[in-house]
Amino acid sequence: MRFLLDDEQTAFARSLDALLTAADTPAVVRAWGAGDHAAGRALWSRIAELGVFALAVPEAYEGVGARPVELAVAFVELGRHGVPGPVVETVAAGALLSGPGFAHLAKRFLPGVASGETVVTVALPGGGPYVLDGDVADVELSVCRDGGGELWVVQGGGDRAGLRSRVRRSLDPARRLVLPRPGGQVLAAGPQVVAGAADALCWARLATAAQALGVGLTLLDRTVAYVKQRSQFGVPVGSFQAVRHRLADAKIALEFARPLVFGAALTMDPADVAAAKVAACEAAYTTARTALQLHGAIGYTAEYDLSLWLTKARALRSAWGSPGECRGVVLGGGGIAHSGADFGAGDKFG
Amino acid sequence: MDLTYSPADQAFRAEARAWLDAHVPAGPLPSLETEEGFAVHRAWEAELAADGWSVVSWPVAYGGRDCGLTRWLVFEEEYWAAGAPGRVGQNGVSLLAPTLFDHGTEEQRARVLPPMARGEVVWAQAWSEPEAGSDLASLRSRAVRTDGGWLLSGQKTWSSRAAFADRAFGLFRSEPDMPKPHQGLTYLMFDLRAQGVTVRPIGRLDGKPAFAELFLDEVFVPDEDVIGEPGQGWRVAMSTAGNERGLTLRSPGRFLASAQRLAALWHERGRDPYTRDRVADAVIGARAYQLFTYAAASRFLDGEPLGPESSLNKVFWSEYDIALHETALDLLGGEGELTDAEGGWGEGYVFSLAGPIYAGTNEIQRDIIAERLLGLPRGRR
Ligand SMILES: Cc1cc2nc3c(=O)[nH]c(=O)nc-3n(C[C@H](O)[C@H](O)[C@H](O)COP(=O)(O)OP(=O)(O)OC[C@H]3O[C@@H](n4cnc5c(N)ncnc54)[C@H](O)[C@@H]3O)c2cc1C
Repeated sequence: MRFLLDDEQTAFARSLDALLTAADTPAVVRAWGAGDHAAGRALWSRIAELGVFALAVPEAYEGVGARPVELAVAFVELGRHGVPGPVVETVAAGALLSGPGFAHLAKRFLPGVASGETVVTVALPGGGPYVLDGDVADVELSVCRDGGGELWVVQGGGDRAGLRSRVRRSLDPARRLVLPRPGGQVLAAGPQVVAGAADALCWARLATAAQALGVGLTLLDRTVAYVKQRSQFGVPVGSFQAVRHRLADAKIALEFARPLVFGAALTMDPADVAAAKVAACEAAYTTARTALQLHGAIGYTAEYDLSLWLTKARALRSAWGSPGECRGVVLGGGGIAHSGADFGAGDKFG
Repeated sequence: MDLTYSPADQAFRAEARAWLDAHVPAGPLPSLETEEGFAVHRAWEAELAADGWSVVSWPVAYGGRDCGLTRWLVFEEEYWAAGAPGRVGQNGVSLLAPTLFDHGTEEQRARVLPPMARGEVVWAQAWSEPEAGSDLASLRSRAVRTDGGWLLSGQKTWSSRAAFADRAFGLFRSEPDMPKPHQGLTYLMFDLRAQGVTVRPIGRLDGKPAFAELFLDEVFVPDEDVIGEPGQGWRVAMSTAGNERGLTLRSPGRFLASAQRLAALWHERGRDPYTRDRVADAVIGARAYQLFTYAAASRFLDGEPLGPESSLNKVFWSEYDIALHETALDLLGGEGELTDAEGGWGEGYVFSLAGPIYAGTNEIQRDIIAERLLGLPRGRR
């Protein structure tokens, strides 16, 4: 038992951090939100070159196999930098099509997912009603419960302009929400679709939890920096105890969400993943409230970059399962995912 | 990164579980905050010690199994999952013992630790004073040099279990004229039944004499009972404080067991919709605390010091403990106000309320987090 990232995992985080810092990601986010996706697609390719989208794709399809811990490492960084686009959805699609019974689909789609050529968005039972960035994605997958589980696909191209007019405004401008597209073709049906969708939901929740943790970490870092340099009453506002204690609470919430995210990545138990999603999203959201309050009015402006993370923290909280739904999963089957004594045994109350 | 236990760790878990299955008392013991309960708990410590389970992480020579931090965590998980009694020797085991391992002499360890492990000598912590709470360094009790030792005078307060304990450890001012308040302090052990000591029990919130006030009037302490160098008491004591807040004061096993009991209660009570989210949060919080501790233990085993990170720990578990108990009381409805009800939730609730106050108040911990982990400017103290 050694519950710490190893050197390789830490180095992976660092290289992503360096890439995203150099890329002026805030400018990319703003352009994406305005409907200009060129810079975002370029950044997407560079993220893919570092192997991020290969982490949920089996080796047989040019991925590196299922690597949830590395995926969590990567998504913390994507969240820290506010990277836009259907990053979670692309990973979920990778997990979905890796399932048994989808070999032909995997062969068709997954190499493009792993290499970053194909941007996929997906709608699954247990996710929300909208698909994220449906106007940009090359492929849109959706699973519906009809006929015991059907997997639908709509390929890109088509009526982009028409799609754009249907984009709903998210409170996070970088999230472009569209109702699943009509038409398309049934790719598969039956219980393997249901099982694959459940697995993909788990991956989506894990990635969202990690992303939310990253969003929270940046909100905290930026706020700490701000209260050290903003002076009122002749002293930095960061020297006031009311301010210091709020930030200490944000730190506590984030530092206790972090191990849940990595613990869930290790077990991939749906209850552990749901717990991580609740804790990370709540921590990020609490931190967002603190960040806004402690920045004062400047924090309430769209011009100031803090807004990029503030709005995302709220959106991620309900993406891929609200706090209530996820808490339900934690207690689901009846009770507690793991007792300390039977770690990994999936000990359930009856 | 991995969460799997070695076969040897698993064998240790099985051995602990088997022993606990065979020995844990069937019903709850009387409260250890009463004279009767204290005696029964002392006997339980002796029973644990007889088979080497009272202080598993200590060296074998002092009654332990030298099993390391990971197995200590494993043992604690088993201990609390088995519903075993609260530990009456805790102040000594988790506060004084680590101090002696770091700063004591070999003679002190050999003399003090084995009887502590057997529950024969139960220790009380005598740090706080009426005028020295959060600002502990302002303490006034004195240690005055005398032939072969020191004479202690002054007043200590809020000393947990001192009403029934045998000995105490604490800080005394030995050089009154130093420029800074935390200089010139000496860390000493003394006998609660020595001449010159008066112990006045204080009833806590529920009236049980859980802590006490100590009046010291020229109490003689021999040189051999000074821990570390005279005058260096603050440094010695702060290493104890790190232990208190850090890994060992509240083990994750305890909260995992409580969360599991709470979830079971919630299922029994028809999955009450009004408390559902809070029950889920209790389950999530226990797991978070377990994994946070695993990460801290992993860093510690890599040779990193615990440092100010332990303040995160302290605030988390103390607030978690209250939320958990409040949820249980709300779920119990009208029965929730009974403190003698089965399940111990009422008594647990009363105890949990003190968590944000002792072991350094949560306000003080948040200051430490703000300054030492976030690098915020110092504020007024
Ligand atoms: C159940 C229980 C058991 C205890 N057991 C022991 C024991 O065994 N041995 C022992 O020595 N002591 C023990 N204590 C005492 C405990 O350590 C002290 O209560 C604690 O250090 C706080 O001191 P105080 O009570 O004097 O509060 P004060 O220090 O007077 O504080 C009062 C309030 O002011 C706040 N405050 C003080 N200074 C600051 C500041 N700088 N910034 C912000 N807020 C501040 C505090 O956080 C608190 O909310 C115990 C206490 C309890 C409740």
